[in-house]
Order: sequence, then structure tokens, then C-alpha cells
Amino acid sequence: MRDTPLSNCERDFIRKAITENLRLDGRVPYDYRKIRVTFGIDRGSCQVELGQTRVFAQVSCEVTVPKPTRPSDGILFLNVELSPMACPSFEQGRLSEFGVEMSRLLERCIKESRCLDTESLCIVAGEKVWTIRLDLHALNHDGNLLDCASIAAVSALAHFRRPDVTVAGDEVKIHPLEERDPVPLSVHHMPICVSFAFFDQGKYLLVDPTDKEEKVMDGKMVIGMNKHREICTLQITGEILLLKDQVLRCSNIAVVKVTEITELIHKALEHDRQVRASGGKFGFAESFMPEKLTVNHMETEDVDPGEAQARILQELQESDDTDEEQSHITHYISCFVVVKAPGVGTLGEGGRSTWEVDEETQAELKTEQTATKKSSQQPEGRAETILVDSGDSEEEVTVVMEQIDLEKVGKLASRNGTATLKPGKSSTKAAKKKKKKKKPPVV
Amino acid sequence: MAGLELLSDQGFRIDGRRPHELRKIQCRLGIFKQADGSAYIEQGNTKVLAAVYGPHEIRGSRGKALHDKVLVNCQYSMATFSTGERKRRPRGDRKSQEMTMHLKQTFDAAIQTALYPRSQIDIFVEVLQSDGGNYCASVNAATLAVIDAGIPMKDYVCACSASFVSDTPIVDISYLEESSGGPELIVATLPKSEQIVFLEQNSRLHEDNLSKVLDLAVKGTKDVHHVLDQAVREHVSQVSAFENTDQS
Repeated sequence: MRDTPLSNCERDFIRKAITENLRLDGRVPYDYRKIRVTFGIDRGSCQVELGQTRVFAQVSCEVTVPKPTRPSDGILFLNVELSPMACPSFEQGRLSEFGVEMSRLLERCIKESRCLDTESLCIVAGEKVWTIRLDLHALNHDGNLLDCASIAAVSALAHFRRPDVTVAGDEVKIHPLEERDPVPLSVHHMPICVSFAFFDQGKYLLVDPTDKEEKVMDGKMVIGMNKHREICTLQITGEILLLKDQVLRCSNIAVVKVTEITELIHKALEHDRQVRASGGKFGFAESFMPEKLTVNHMETEDVDPGEAQARILQELQESDDTDEEQSHITHYISCFVVVKAPGVGTLGEGGRSTWEVDEETQAELKTEQTATKKSSQQPEGRAETILVDSGDSEEEVTVVMEQIDLEKVGKLASRNGTATLKPGKSSTKAAKKKKKKKKPPVV
Repeated sequence: MAGLELLSDQGFRIDGRRPHELRKIQCRLGIFKQADGSAYIEQGNTKVLAAVYGPHEIRGSRGKALHDKVLVNCQYSMATFSTGERKRRPRGDRKSQEMTMHLKQTFDAAIQTALYPRSQIDIFVEVLQSDGGNYCASVNAATLAVIDAGIPMKDYVCACSASFVSDTPIVDISYLEESSGGPELIVATLPKSEQIVFLEQNSRLHEDNLSKVLDLAVKGTKDVHHVLDQAVREHVSQVSAFENTDQS
């Protein structure tokens, strides 16, 4: 399926915003999105979320015959799967051009930089070696799959444990998990890819582009680096022409980002190790946070009111408003604007009530609440039904399902001057009208 | 291969070059009559042929036609006898696909694509003997072929590789130096403006050394440009000499 193209006004908007150092999700140009690294129950399975982009990595091992050119080296095999689950434009089966590029970059970053010591994977030189297979599955594509995949790959390799092997003369014994603890892989360093998106012939630079920004960008540069400041891979894609100092500037930014991300991975690994050691619950099921409407926990983001707040304060100081209004407004300003996650109402959050109910009615409502509490302690069977006998009804029996005491509501409403309900009769009339409509034809 | 001294104490590399010296470049333009433009280049032991057809009408998928630019279609292929061990797949494997994409991207940036909308330019590159620097030789050969075809470009596209051995940056690395595991930086530039069209780096290189190695590689591309320019001027003068004698 072809990707829906980005409209021209979206393109122009994104481009213009970038010239003013603004991004669609409110980040500064050199910021990454929120990264979450979680590990599964099986050793070597890892899921990384970079904002909405998600990649899953799984490491597995197998004993095989080594390559004839390198008899004492183990094999690391990397496989990238881009399924239509991640993005409808991905095709199942053969990797598209984008897939080939991503796969080659990851291979260069992880395999050719020798982050995994392949000589330690040798069991019997020339006959048996371990083949480590790293499978990366893209689960959701919201831009920058490559960075997410590299973090997942490196974390999974560090998390994985292979079975212990003893070689006694000609005999090779692979110990099952119950007999001996599995052994970690020897990972020399953690190479992580950092992606830069260029706009306007290299004039503007963004780190960690989202899907929309990727569609608008002129070109991209990927730097794979580890925390020892060694560049493992570097590649420019796209039709931009760069100068040498732009390249050097990007590598400086990458150094900072890579140290941050490596620290995050180490923290996640340490946390997982502690949870496993203490016998607590670990795995994906524990780390998923269900995004349901009724769940109170949502990631909130502060929106910087910026200039508006300063301007309002300034105007207040200059104006001649009364003290009451002023304190009202300053109270509103002191609360920062908080943006909830998209598509979620503020159910259950218990914010400040915005209904304008004055104090008298508040007191009445409170007494009513205590009264209903007492009445609800009665045994609850069916809802209370009240039989009303009125002459003009064609029904045999008219039943009012819920006797709402409209008197009180009417009083409250009329005080605020908003409601037009009359107590008592109108409710039954409305109920009767409804019933007449539903009445089946008389045979 | 450990113990192979890539840079001797006297400052000589395995093939006797100094660190900043390029391999010997020999090239010819206009070798095929059928193609619109063609070229053959030898960089040391690496031998590459390139042929260019175009600009012509889009063949194959009409859907790929770009309304404002020309479509650059590249194909990179290595002959089965080009490497030490016989290659089973001349094209279509991952590395060749990647190389094809990189070539396409390089020439997309260099050719003046706005001049031929809804058309297609085909660039075919065949590696006859591979001794390191495949991409660089391919780019240089393709540049000559595009010039031979008369397709306007922003500037020559010259590519050169560089590495870092024993605290010294070395330029134009051969296959032995490539496979020893040291870092490899490949850069393709437009020499006059020193703008980088393509940059790729393999294996580990410390960030502090990036600047030195990049500088040397860019200087290498300038030297390559000098050689290619000479070759083009010679070819043009020969061709125009023939035409003049025909007329008289």
C-alpha cells in the first residue's frame, strides 16, 4: 500500500516552523523523544520505544560450523523485519530500498565495528562455534526507526545469556539451564546510531526526526558512535551537499547524545538485573502501561506559556482592575498549562471544578449528598417505581421509573437563572409521551 | 593477517606508496559506440567500466516519472571474476544493492536534474577487477561517462577513500589495507566548492581523528579531479581534431 503523501500546507508549515527553531511536538532541535527500554522474560528480548516508534529485538544462539575463512570466529547474524504492522507502506517479504539501507547500516554499526567479541564464541576451532542471531522487528514506525533499532539491538545483546559449554578433549558438553547459569556475551562497546535530518541545503539541523519531518527533509546523516567517542559508522543519504564543518558539528552533538543513551541502557539493564535477583515480577507484561480512558495515569507535558504569561502580568500591573479580579487572574496564571496525552479527557483526574456554583447552593448540595447517602443504605432491589394514576392515559398502568425531585433542582437552577424546568408534572408528561410512542398498535 | 605492516617505519605502505599518494590512474572516454557516454578507469589494480544512456523517455514503470526532475537509474555490478574468490551473484545481493543506491544518490545530487523532467538517465557500472576502492572508482568512471554523454553536471564528482593507520592518515586504500580491519572513510565531493556529496565510514575511527582523515580524503578528491580533468581535455581535443580533419 502506498503511503499517503504529505500535503503541501503541512510541508510548508513544518519547514517554516523549523526556520523558527520550533518542532511539531514542542521539542528543541537537538532533543530526543522519550526513550523507554524494557526487557522481556526471556533473556535477550528487548523492546525500545522512542516516542511512538517501537522496535523489538530478540537474540538467540545456535551451535554451527564456522566459516571456512575464519575458523575460530563465531558468527553474528543480523536480520531486520519491516512488516506492514509498522507502516502500511512496508511490504512483507522482500526488503524495500529503505529496508536494505537500514539493514546495511545496522550491520556496519554492529557487526563491522566488532562490538561483539566473536572469538569468545568459538567452541572447537574449525568445527563448532556459536552463531548469534539478532532479529529486529519494527512494530511501529513514527520516524527514526534506525536509532530505535540500534538501541534495541545493543540492549538485547547485553541482556542475552548463552548456555555454558565445557570442552573435555573431544567431548563437548553444553550445559542446560538447570545445571549451570548461562553466560553473558562479551560486548566490548555499545555502538548507537544517531540520526540527523537536514533542511534547506544543510542550514537547519534536527536530531531524531519524526515521520512527518522525515518526509519533508532534504537529506539525512547517520552517525554510529559509542561512548568512547569512536565513530563506528557514518553515512550521508539524500540529495544534500554538506561542508566539512557541518559534519564535525554533527559528530560533536552525537557524542553528547550517545553518552546519555548509553547511560539509559545501563540503568535499564541494572534495573532488570535487580528485579530478577530480588524475585520480583519482570517482563513485558509488567512494563506495559495500558492506555485506557479510565486509567488515571497519563503522561502529561507542560506547555510553556512563554511570552503570553509575561505579557498578561505586565498588563495587569499597568491596568486599574479591582483587587478581586486581579487575584482571580493571577491565580489562573500561576497554574501552568498542562497538555494531556492525545485523545484523552480529564476523567478521574479530579481537577478544580469549573462549574460556577456559588456558596449557598454548594451548602445545599452538600446536605443533599449526605441525605442520599443515608437513603442508599436501604436494601437495593429494583429501582423504586411509583405508580401514578392519571385519567387520560391509555396505558393500563403508568409507571414513573425514577422519581427525580425536580423541586430542588428547579430552585437551584432558577437561582442561577439558567434552567426552565418546572417541578413535578412535566417529568411525568415527558415520561408518558415517550410511552405513547412506544405503544404497539392495538389489534 | 595480523602482523602485516601497513605502514613501515620509513613511511612506506605495502605497495611502496607514501601516505598521501594516490594510486596510478589511467582512464579512457568514449570506448563504446552504442552507449551515449562511456568510460574506463584503472585506479591501481581496480578496473571499472561505466556506460551512460540518456536522457531518454522513461522505460518500464511510468509511475516512477518525476514531474520536475530526471530519474537517475543506476546499476552496479561486479563481474564474477573480479574478486579473489569467484563471486556467485554479480548483482542483487545486499552490498550491491546498497552500492547502487549510493551511486544513484550521488549522481542525483550532481547532475542538473531540473533540465530533463519526465526523462530517465541510465548509468551502468561494471567492476572488472576489484582491489579496494570500488565505490570511488565507480564514481570516477561514471563521472567521465556522464561527461562523455554530454549531460550537464554541477561539477565533476570525484571520490576518494582514506584510512588511519599507526597515527597517520593514509589516502586511496587498497584491498589489503581495507580488509585489515582499520577504519575506512569514503568521500565523494564536488572538488571546486569542496562540498561533500557522499560520505561513508566503516569500522571504528576515533572522533578526534575524523577531521584529519576527512581533510586528507577531500584533498585526495582534488587530486583525482586534476587527473580526470586532464583526461577529459585530452579526449575532447582528440575528438575535435578528428572532426576537423573530416570536414577538411
